[in-house]
Amino acid sequence: MAGQLFKVILLILVTAILGGCSGQNPSSTIDNKEKIQVGLVFDIGGLGDKSFNDQAYTGLKKAAAEYSLEMGKDIEYLEPAEAADRETALRQMASKKKALIFGIGFIFSEDVNRVAKDFPETKFACVDYVSPANEADIPPNVVGLKYKEEEGAFLVGALASLVTKTNKIGFVGGMQSPLIKKFEAGYKAGAHYANPKCVVIANYAGMTPDAFKNPSKGKELALSIYDKGADIIFHASGSTGLGVFEAARDKKKLAIGVDADQYDEAPGYILTSMIKKVDVSVFEEVKAVHDNNFANGIRVFDLASGGIDYIYNDKNKNLITEDTHQKIEAIRQKIINGEIKVPSSLD
Amino acid sequence: MAILVSLIIGGIFILSIGKNPFEIYALLFKGTFGTSYDIGQVLFKATPLIFTGLSVAFAFRAGLFNIGAEGQLYMGAMLATLAGIWIPARFPSLPSLIVVTVCIFAGFIGGGCWGIIPGWLKARFGVHEVINTIMMNFIAYGLTNYLVLEVFSVPETIHTPEIGLSARIPRFDALLGIFRGSPVNISLLIAISFAVLAWVILTRTRLGYEIRAVGLNPKAAEYAGIPVAKTMTLAFFIAGGLAGVAGSNFVQGFKYYYEDGFAAGAGFMGIAVALVARNNPMGILFSALLFGTLSQGGLAINTQVPKELVEILEAVVILAMVVMTELFNRWIIKQKNLS
Repeated sequence: MAGQLFKVILLILVTAILGGCSGQNPSSTIDNKEKIQVGLVFDIGGLGDKSFNDQAYTGLKKAAAEYSLEMGKDIEYLEPAEAADRETALRQMASKKKALIFGIGFIFSEDVNRVAKDFPETKFACVDYVSPANEADIPPNVVGLKYKEEEGAFLVGALASLVTKTNKIGFVGGMQSPLIKKFEAGYKAGAHYANPKCVVIANYAGMTPDAFKNPSKGKELALSIYDKGADIIFHASGSTGLGVFEAARDKKKLAIGVDADQYDEAPGYILTSMIKKVDVSVFEEVKAVHDNNFANGIRVFDLASGGIDYIYNDKNKNLITEDTHQKIEAIRQKIINGEIKVPSSLD
Repeated sequence: MAILVSLIIGGIFILSIGKNPFEIYALLFKGTFGTSYDIGQVLFKATPLIFTGLSVAFAFRAGLFNIGAEGQLYMGAMLATLAGIWIPARFPSLPSLIVVTVCIFAGFIGGGCWGIIPGWLKARFGVHEVINTIMMNFIAYGLTNYLVLEVFSVPETIHTPEIGLSARIPRFDALLGIFRGSPVNISLLIAISFAVLAWVILTRTRLGYEIRAVGLNPKAAEYAGIPVAKTMTLAFFIAGGLAGVAGSNFVQGFKYYYEDGFAAGAGFMGIAVALVARNNPMGILFSALLFGTLSQGGLAINTQVPKELVEILEAVVILAMVVMTELFNRWIIKQKNLS
C-alpha cells in the first residue's frame, strides 16, 4: 500500500518537474523593466459575461499587443468571488507594484478611492466610476471613467423613430436605477427630436440587480410592448435583453442592442446596437500611463471621443435607408457641436 | 498527510492546464503567509467561518442539520447594522464598548430569531429542518435585498448608509500596528471566545448535556425526562445567534455598512468547516483557519490560474481532508483494537 503510494507520488513529482521545464518561457529572460505593469480586477460575474467584463478584457489584450506585454506577467487580472475580496484584490495588485490598476464596475468606486490613498505611487482607473459628493475629493492617482450613455441612446432613439412604421417604439430597462434612467431619457429625447409624433412605451424588468439577468421577464415585457403596437424595442438590461431579442424574432419585429454589437444574437432582427466602448477606454488609460500622460479626475467618453457610438455596418445596412443614415449622422454632428443638449435624466 | 494528498491531487489539475504546480503552490504560500498583511487577510477570512462553523456544529450536536447559517448571518448582520446606525445617532455620548456590545448582541438576536423559526417548526410539527432552513435562506436574502435597495436605497450603491463611529470594531492595524493594511479586527477575538463559550456550554453545562443527549437519541432523551422540543428550539436559537454574529467582521470591522450579498456563501462554508472539525468547537478554530487560507490563497493564485480552477482546487482540498481524517480515525480505532 505504502509502496504504491510512493510510486504514485514519484510519478507525479517527475511529471511536475518535466512540465515545469517545458513550461519555461524563453521570453521571460528578456528584461521586463521597461514594460508597463497593469493589473485589472473584474466585477463579480467575471470573465465570460459577453459584455462589460469581456470588453474590458478585450481592451487589455489590445494593450498587450500594442506594447508587447505578456498576459499573466506584465498584465494580470483577478476575479474576486465575494464583496470583501474587491478591496483585497486591488491591494494585492497594488502591492505587486503595478503602474496602473483597473476596477471594472461602479461598485469599485469606494474601494478604489480607499486603496488609492494607501498606494500613492500607483495609478487607478475605475469604469463607470461614481465620484464622491465633492469632485475635489477624488484622490490624485484615481481616474474615473464615465460614459455619456444618453448620447448614444439619443441617436438610437432618433433612428428608431425614423424607421418605425407605427410611430410607436418601446424601451425595456433592467433594474430601475439612475444609470438605466439615463438610457431611457436619452432614447425618449432622441425619438421626440427626430419624429415628434413618435410615442415611446417604457418598462423595467425589476428593482433589484437580478433584473439584469432575467430573459424570461424581458421576453414577457417585450411581447406586451409589441402587442401595444410598437415595432422597435431598445433594451438596456444585460442578459434580460436576450428575451427581448427572442420576442422580436417571434413577432418578426425589430430590437436594438446595447453595450456591444448584439447583431449576432438575432440576425435580421437587430436594427442596430448602441455601443459603449469599455475596451477603448481601458486601452486609452494604459496608453496614457505608458506615455506619462495620466490625468486624475473624471474622464468622459462620449460621441465626440468615440467612446459611445451606434452600429452601422454591412450587416444591418439593409435595415436602414441611406437617407435615414444621413439624418442620424447630422444629429450626431449637432450633439458633438453642442447644438443639441441631451438630457441625462427624465425630469 | 491529508494536506499532502490534496496538494498532489490539486497538482494534477494544475498540470492539466499546463502550469507548474510548484510555482503555483509557492505563490499560494507566499500569498497567505508571505507578509504580515497576508497573514492578517487569512485571519480576516477565517473569522466569519469560525462563527458559521460553530453555528452548524452546535445544531449538529443536537442532531439538527443547520443549512440556514447563511440566512441567519444575513438577518443578524442586518439587525446589527440597524442598531449600529440608530444607536450612535440617537445616543451620541454612549461609549463605544457599550454600543459595539449591543450591536453584537443585536446580531445574535437577529440570527437567533431566524434560527428559532425552523427549530420550532421541527420541534412542533416535525417538519425537516433542512427544507425549513433552506427556505428561510431565500426569505432572508429577499428581505435584506429589499431593505438595502428599496428602504435605504443610497443612490448608485448596493449598501446601507455607514454605521456610527462608536459602533465600529477596531482593527489590529489601528490598535497595535500589526497586520498593516489588513482589515482583520477584534471580531477574531470575539469569535475565539465564542468558540470557548460554545465548548463550555456543550461539555460543562446541563443544557449542553441535554443538547447532546437529544442529538444522540431523542427518544431516549425524552424517557430520561429531557424536554426534547424545548431543547431543539433552544439549540437552533443559539446556532442561529452564532451565525448572526458572523457579519460583525464585515459590517462593524471592515466596511462599516451592510452590502447586499456580502457574505457570499460563508454560511454554507460553515457546514464544511464544522464537518472537517468533527463538530468540535476548538477544532473549528483550526479548520476555519484552513478554509481562510484556502480562500485567501485562491485569490493569490488567481492571476495565474482561472477562477474555476481555484474553486476546483479548494473543493479537492476539502474532499481530501474529509476523507483523510476519516481514514486516520479508522486507523486509530484499528490500532486500539489490536493493542
